[in-house]
Amino acid sequence: MAGLLVLLLGLALTGTAYAAFAPAGQAEQAVADQELIDEGRELFLVGCAFCHGQNGEGVLDVRGNQLGPSLVGVGAAAVDFQVGTGRMPMVQPGQQNPSKNVAYDEQETEALAAYVAALGPGPGIPDEETYSSDYLDDLSDEERDAAINRGQQIFLTNCTACHNFNGAGGAMPRGGYAPDLKGVSEKHIYEAMQTGPSQMDVFSDGNIPPENKREVIAFLNTLDEEPAYGGFTLGGLGPVSEGLFAWLIGIGSLVGFAVWIAAHTTRTKKGKAQA
Amino acid sequence: MSTTSQVADTNGTTAARGGKPSKVGGAAQWADERLGLAGLAKKNLRKVFPDHWSFMLGEIALWSFVILLITGVFLTFWFNPSMGEIEYQGSYAPLRGSYISEAFNSSLTISFDVRGGLLLRQMHHWAAMLFIASMLVHMMRVFFTGAHRKPREINWLIGVMLLVLGTLEGFTGYSLPDDLLSGTGVRAADGFVKSIPVVGTYGSFLLFGDEFPGTDIIPRLYIIHVLLIPGLLLGLIAAHMLLLVYHKHTQWPGPGRTEKNVVGFPMLPVYAAKAGGFFFIVFGVTAIMGGLMTINPVWMYGPYDPSKVTAGSQPDWYMGWPDGALRIMPGPGFEWHLLGVTLSWNVFVPIILLPTLTIITLLLLPFIESWITGDKREHHLLQRPRDAPTRTAFMVALMTMYGLFWIAGGNDIIAIRFDLSINQITYILRVMVFLGPIIAFIVTRRWCISLQRHDREKVLHGYESGILERSPEGAYSERHQPLPAGDTFTITQRDGDEVYTLESEKDANGVQAPGTRGQRLRARLSAWYAGSNVQPLTPAEIEEAQHHGDHGHDGHEIESSDGRDNELSKTD
Ligand code: HEC
Ligand code: HEC
Ligand code: HEM
Repeated sequence: MAGLLVLLLGLALTGTAYAAFAPAGQAEQAVADQELIDEGRELFLVGCAFCHGQNGEGVLDVRGNQLGPSLVGVGAAAVDFQVGTGRMPMVQPGQQNPSKNVAYDEQETEALAAYVAALGPGPGIPDEETYSSDYLDDLSDEERDAAINRGQQIFLTNCTACHNFNGAGGAMPRGGYAPDLKGVSEKHIYEAMQTGPSQMDVFSDGNIPPENKREVIAFLNTLDEEPAYGGFTLGGLGPVSEGLFAWLIGIGSLVGFAVWIAAHTTRTKKGKAQA
Repeated sequence: MSTTSQVADTNGTTAARGGKPSKVGGAAQWADERLGLAGLAKKNLRKVFPDHWSFMLGEIALWSFVILLITGVFLTFWFNPSMGEIEYQGSYAPLRGSYISEAFNSSLTISFDVRGGLLLRQMHHWAAMLFIASMLVHMMRVFFTGAHRKPREINWLIGVMLLVLGTLEGFTGYSLPDDLLSGTGVRAADGFVKSIPVVGTYGSFLLFGDEFPGTDIIPRLYIIHVLLIPGLLLGLIAAHMLLLVYHKHTQWPGPGRTEKNVVGFPMLPVYAAKAGGFFFIVFGVTAIMGGLMTINPVWMYGPYDPSKVTAGSQPDWYMGWPDGALRIMPGPGFEWHLLGVTLSWNVFVPIILLPTLTIITLLLLPFIESWITGDKREHHLLQRPRDAPTRTAFMVALMTMYGLFWIAGGNDIIAIRFDLSINQITYILRVMVFLGPIIAFIVTRRWCISLQRHDREKVLHGYESGILERSPEGAYSERHQPLPAGDTFTITQRDGDEVYTLESEKDANGVQAPGTRGQRLRARLSAWYAGSNVQPLTPAEIEEAQHHGDHGHDGHEIESSDGRDNELSKTD
């Protein structure tokens, strides 16, 4: 409790001091920011602190397992991703924390993000022009193909090992999985790369620069939009589902036909063959 | 109807001739006088084939092979088996501008820029899967019914070789397009070769002509895929069919069917119409699958690049079971480092040794069986699976093992689809691949023997008619009705099991005869193999049962509701 008081005092002091010295326009902005952070803090104490600690420092349970990790330095992008995809607040600890219905509206999410961002510097929520693939519309056909091609190459190099060539997802150790990427919003794809949720790696800007991240997103969009050239995709899971269909549909129907043919003889009298 | 009347009653070598030949007849006669085909044709076109759906499984394999030849030749018109690099400029936008191999480039061209190309590519691949799957099902039919027994052992050997070659053919085909999955498969194959002690590295360099991947592998696989293995397959299939005609087809037991005849329909017109029709059905099913269901979307995998890999990298299903064995093989402790040499038993045992042993076992099965049973008779009548309980149980055990390895091969897909932990699947399967087949064996054997007993019951006491009768005392019983004579015959026609017994364990002087050790093992195995089987009824027993049935009111008692034990008065 004492820590909280100190923190509050600190925040209040810096806030007022800043407000006193800052130029008028910025001061208004700062006050607005501070209000947002305060609002976020309220929400955090109610919905998140149980697992992440009252100051986002993380909580260990009696057996020393992490109830929730420290959020210092994860940045606004992590919150926006985790809360925006419904992953947080987590309802049940487990191997996988699936995305689910979103619990906070946009404004509340922004407030939570602002609060966590204030705990320590981390990646911020990207602007729309950073992640949106709309810029492709301004490119020539050739440039567009080249961008999508680079996106595919980056995706195949960095992501398919877990998410599969089709973005259909894959297994992770001990019951975890990398989810299907169909239908994930462009912003969340970007943030997932920025922050590396759970077992996924962080793809920092040094690793995959923002313009390349955008190309990955552009490529993933083509997966959603591209017609299935070969017909039904059978789940897009590769040879396992193909084999299943070869046996069930292929061999199944051919054996059915064989039974049918053998049951029809030239005998005038139908019925169970006696001879 | 005496079905044997459909068999030609003369086997003369010259065809009968009518009066004045028509124009066509004249031409045929002209040809026949020079080629002498009529005699041959008459004999073979009237060859009789028995009819049963399970005899058509091999035909599925034959027809899918024909489809593979047709579609494969089509693919060769455009496919370019080169690892040379080229910039992709075809219709598939996401890959345009990337530098890819000629092989991959031409696969994309076939898929997107050749009319009907994708359909034919997909048909080729589906047909490959159906080819191998139908061979497997066909093989199970043969083994379950005892069609591999004397004199057909050689055809069994040919069949196993076809299965192995078909699998290799499929693997080489899968590797040709040089997409990410192909390359991952070839990379894995390189590792498998290298895991062979002593010669592995040399083998790998021999195969690839360089350190992996080199530039030779695709051209080499290509020539193996379109020339070497198809040639071998064609030859073996021809031999398989010739032997089939020579031995004549086996048939199910039944009235009028003996070890000496074949009851069925002549090749022309009946059987040929059915078989020819079946070709079109197999073609149709393959075409529908190729047209509607994506298989191997190489454009999505992208070109092979050793630095890339995708989740769900699996081989085609027929390679799935060794892959599964590899996946669940424990790693630690099975990789040895001796004198600067690495011995990867963790790779060698599941992927090289296990399949090799399995193939050898399959090859030897007919010989092991006849050695154990000591049965040297010729068999042209099939056995129902229940009438060879140990054999049936053995095949079911093999199938169980195969299925469990299959599950292991798809462990990651099963984990995500059924929300399971891949680790737990692996641990469970490590035990189950040993336990499962044993359980399957015991259960199947008991099951078969029960079915045999049930058959015996039916012959002796008739079948359950479903008619309930009430006796004057108020007891209820179900009337059993005698089986129709034909059914009785079909059930009881089979030969009894031969059990190998030692002539005598001791020689005249009471001393253990030399060399009897193997013999004693054989006798013991033989007793185990057939000892619990129910032997067929003798004619006398059947006679006796029928007599009993004629007068008898042979019912099974049903306990009355008040629990009193009703004594049924029998009239005989
Ligand atoms: C080591 C495996 C791994 C790699 C490599 C990986 N991911 Fe992930 N990814 C995951 C896992 C596991 C999750 C689920 C995280 C969670 O639910 O907490 C995930 C989640 C995501 C999500 C969120 C999906 C959703 O349903 O909300 C996106 C988007 C994503 N990944 C994109 C990518 C992209 C793009 C790349 C490549 C640049 C990539 N991932 C590489 C494992 C991986
Ligand atoms: C039931 C406990 C629980 C609750 C409640 C909870 N979290 Fe979490 N949170 C976790 C756990 C556990 C993880 C680690 C998840 C993982 O690795 O998949 C996590 C991870 C996160 C991360 C990602 C950290 C990183 O390293 O990228 C963020 C951000 C986050 N939580 C924010 C929140 C917010 C905001 C709330 C409240 C709305 C919240 N959490 C509520 C348990 C919880
Ligand atoms: C038993 C016979 C055969 C089997 C099991 C088989 C199997 C395969 C498989 C699985 C592929 C990969 C297909 C794909 O691209 O998805 C393939 C490709 C190919 N096969 Fe076959 N095949 C057989 C016979 C033949 C024959 C007889 C030919 C030609 C004479 C042939 C020519 C080709 C060619 C050219 C390719 C590459 C096509 C491409 O990838 O675009 N195949 N084969």
